[in-house]
Amino acid sequence: MNSHRFGYYAIRFYVILFLAFMLLPLIVMGGAAFNDTRFPSIYPWFGFTTHWFQELWADNRMWGAARNTVFVAIAVVALSVPIGTAGAILLNSLQARSRSIIYGIMVAPILTPGAVIGISTLLFWYKFNVPAGLHLSVLGQVSYIAAYVMLLVLARLQSFDAGLEEAALDLGASHAQVMRRILLPHLYPAIFAGALIGFFQSAENFNVTLFTRGNSDTLTVYVGSKIRSGITPTINALAFLLIAATVIGVIIYEFRRRRADAMAKLAED
Amino acid sequence: MSEDVTLSNISMDFGKFRAVDKVDITIKAGEFFSFLGPSGCGKTTILRLISGFMDPTQGKVLIGGKDMTGTRPNERPTALIFQNLALFPLMPIWENIAFGLEVRGVDKATRRAKAEELLKLVDLHESADKKVSQLSGGQKQRVAIARALAVEPKVMLLDEPLSALDLKLRQHMRAELRAIQKRTGVTFIYITHDQGEALAMSDRVGVMSQGVLQQVATPNEIYNQPSNGFVASFVGENNIFDGKIKSIKAGEATYDTSVGSFAAKIGPGVTKDTPVRLYVRPEHCTLTKAAAKSGNSIPVEVTESAFEGNFINVFLKDNAGQTHMAQVQNDPTAPPPQRGAKVQMNFDADHGVLLAHAKTRS
Amino acid sequence: MSELIRRYGSSLTWIIIAFTAFWLLVLVLIPNFVLFEFSFKPYLPVDQLGGPKDFYSLNNYWTFFNSPIHIRIFFQTVLYSSAVTLLCLILSYPLAYFLAKIVDAKTAPSIFLLLIIPLWVSEILRSFAWFIILAFNGPLNAMLQGIGLEPVRWISGFNAVIIGLIYSYLLFMLLPIYNAISSLDTNQIEASEDLGASLWRTHWRVVIPHSKPGIASGCVMVFMLCAGSVIVPSTLASPSSRWFTEIIQQWMFEGLDWNTGAAYAFLLLTLCIIFVSLVMRLLNVRLVDIAK
Ligand SMILES: Nc1ncnc2c1ncn2[C@@H]1O[C@H](COP(=O)(O)OP(=O)(O)O)[C@@H](O)[C@H]1O
Ligand SMILES: [Mg+2]
Repeated sequence: MNSHRFGYYAIRFYVILFLAFMLLPLIVMGGAAFNDTRFPSIYPWFGFTTHWFQELWADNRMWGAARNTVFVAIAVVALSVPIGTAGAILLNSLQARSRSIIYGIMVAPILTPGAVIGISTLLFWYKFNVPAGLHLSVLGQVSYIAAYVMLLVLARLQSFDAGLEEAALDLGASHAQVMRRILLPHLYPAIFAGALIGFFQSAENFNVTLFTRGNSDTLTVYVGSKIRSGITPTINALAFLLIAATVIGVIIYEFRRRRADAMAKLAED
Repeated sequence: MSEDVTLSNISMDFGKFRAVDKVDITIKAGEFFSFLGPSGCGKTTILRLISGFMDPTQGKVLIGGKDMTGTRPNERPTALIFQNLALFPLMPIWENIAFGLEVRGVDKATRRAKAEELLKLVDLHESADKKVSQLSGGQKQRVAIARALAVEPKVMLLDEPLSALDLKLRQHMRAELRAIQKRTGVTFIYITHDQGEALAMSDRVGVMSQGVLQQVATPNEIYNQPSNGFVASFVGENNIFDGKIKSIKAGEATYDTSVGSFAAKIGPGVTKDTPVRLYVRPEHCTLTKAAAKSGNSIPVEVTESAFEGNFINVFLKDNAGQTHMAQVQNDPTAPPPQRGAKVQMNFDADHGVLLAHAKTRS
Repeated sequence: MSELIRRYGSSLTWIIIAFTAFWLLVLVLIPNFVLFEFSFKPYLPVDQLGGPKDFYSLNNYWTFFNSPIHIRIFFQTVLYSSAVTLLCLILSYPLAYFLAKIVDAKTAPSIFLLLIIPLWVSEILRSFAWFIILAFNGPLNAMLQGIGLEPVRWISGFNAVIIGLIYSYLLFMLLPIYNAISSLDTNQIEASEDLGASLWRTHWRVVIPHSKPGIASGCVMVFMLCAGSVIVPSTLASPSSRWFTEIIQQWMFEGLDWNTGAAYAFLLLTLCIIFVSLVMRLLNVRLVDIAK
């Protein structure tokens, strides 16, 4: 076996190890949801049960937290998308120097630890006598999720031909019509991607929410408190559901991608 | 249906740089007018001033006698065809064409009907629901024109619309544009750096250099009676001699150069002390063995000849080392002189003209 | 600004500016300034606010500098966050290169899809998974015993925290490096090999320099996430391995001393700013390259 072939197998072996490292923990966690023991594990195996799913189903606090998570995420998307889009359009019209300063301020929240964002949001609104609660979680999350939207929209703006705006104006369109019919349709793919990413970033957020939530729960915070206080396999049951949903999503996505590829091939021939 | 456009002594500055300098001209209603000039001479700037994307630093734009100062592009009776066409890629063809009507609140059925009608006008019958990316270059061109016509502009502004097309299509579209202009009667203001386009399509041409309008005239006059050296050398080819006027008598001058003395006409505004050059078109030069009896004649040596089909370009070098060109008819019975041959280059005094240099920014 | 008005008219321009100003001022700049201000004020009962004791001082920071334990925890956080960052870099680079340049364009998206599955399952569940795996009576030790090895007490010291951090943030290193390597023209790699460069040299002189912005981006992200991580340490740390964010939580939730908490949060922020500048200086990249 020459060194070239060795490299060929070594790197493939590495990829498989890497994938195993990323995926096996999820299998372990999902599997533990069906083990009939109070302490979540897959070993030793005490027998198959769906008991933990029933317990999860009956867990009203969990359902409340899940509802909160969705509300917060929707609110975050509703604010981040217009703010991030406006930020990108503004940035795009600025000249070199002011552009890099504003850009720096805009991306700073992405590079700031969530705990810092959470605490600063809490303190800022405390100054105005606004008590902690999920509304503050929304504002704290928007500060960095808007930056993700901004980056996506900004990238999309690079491929926009400003001449189209002038053409529309020249044909008699008002500024609002130019925005609605010409610029925004071009940005929609980035805006949708931003909304999607924003939703999941928000749903998964722990750090900002922890410091701003007051007495309310979101799903992540609720799971966090359960892990600290009383671990039960209901957490695994929840994890199993999330993993299953993701895997189904992935399979559908992959299936559609392959079909689209095949269609493109057909169209070429 | 159409309006005249007056540029009343307009100038445009970008910071310290003056892109357009004191352009003063009236374009008549229903006219096909071209601005011709090299890249960067300020042509696009002029169009943007007329369409209202910029306001001139000095002077005024009037359309149909009305001062357009402060009138925004969407309120002017102009339609601009952009250099890159600027078709909206996310809309089907018919929505592109009907966009101007859509923003004016015209209902959908009327819009669609109008779009179909315009598509017929530009010879694109079946394309209403196609995407922009499905069209060829020439078809996109026609969609852009139809889109501009849909808003019934009084003035059409076209910014080098043919420059992206290949040669064949370009020549075809020249005739097409000209026909559409005649059919609609709209004033066309056309911009190009291609002299062939300007001469072939226009009623009148304005030649520009470095922001300054050099000459405004019919294509024929531009070619045959250029008003200065820039126009002469930008439009068509010329042999140029450097020298000094010795005397002027009855519209004809004697011009001294290092290769001899010539008799030539004088151009507009030229007096004895004007710095001038002598311009002679290659097709007006003849080559003979011996010096001609009348007219101008200088000894030259043939350096190269290029066969162009119906004519032959013969490249020559005079005694001062200056290169010239004579264009001779292709006649197989009388082949042109070969490389290295020493011959005489002749031209009539009527065909040589002494022209001042280009007008420059004041 | 005049450009915006020209393109979108004055009312839309004002809306755009208002949104952006709300974001940058109300959500980003002023809250951080308030954090900064809070960190210099003493923690007082409500009725003493504005009273004689309410003045600016460095006392909250002295609390930190006078506490050897807190200082040690701070530096351990820095040390282990750096170590995790480096490990993530070493683990990600070969895979990023493989996905960008070796594997065929059809399978790469499938591998990515598999890799990204954990990202959709929230961070807290990801560390919980390792809590199960690494438990002393858990499946990993069972496996070790199965092949005749001694069981290891994983959740002690920083072992489990490091594993959990790597698992949680590895993809934040992989993705930017992958993007950077993808944008490298494959011809350059081939040209280098063609000129006789060894594999290592090709990477050292061609691929790595080109992927610097991605490496910088990954390092900054992973370090920030590690140093600021709350979940992983609280799930996987042992009593002997505490994390700086846990001290911040103590001040905020147990001590209810938001002022000292603010000072500690500000120290964490400063740490991240220093790390970002250091990476930018070391790798000679701009902020624009990092945040993409
Ligand atoms: N917005 C602008 N800012 C600064 N300079 C400009 C601007 N627009 C055009 N110019 C300059 O003005 C000159 C004329 O440009 P333009 O009218 O586009 O020329 P043309 O269309 O004849 O090629 C060029 O030198 C160009 O660089
Ligand atoms: Mg131009």
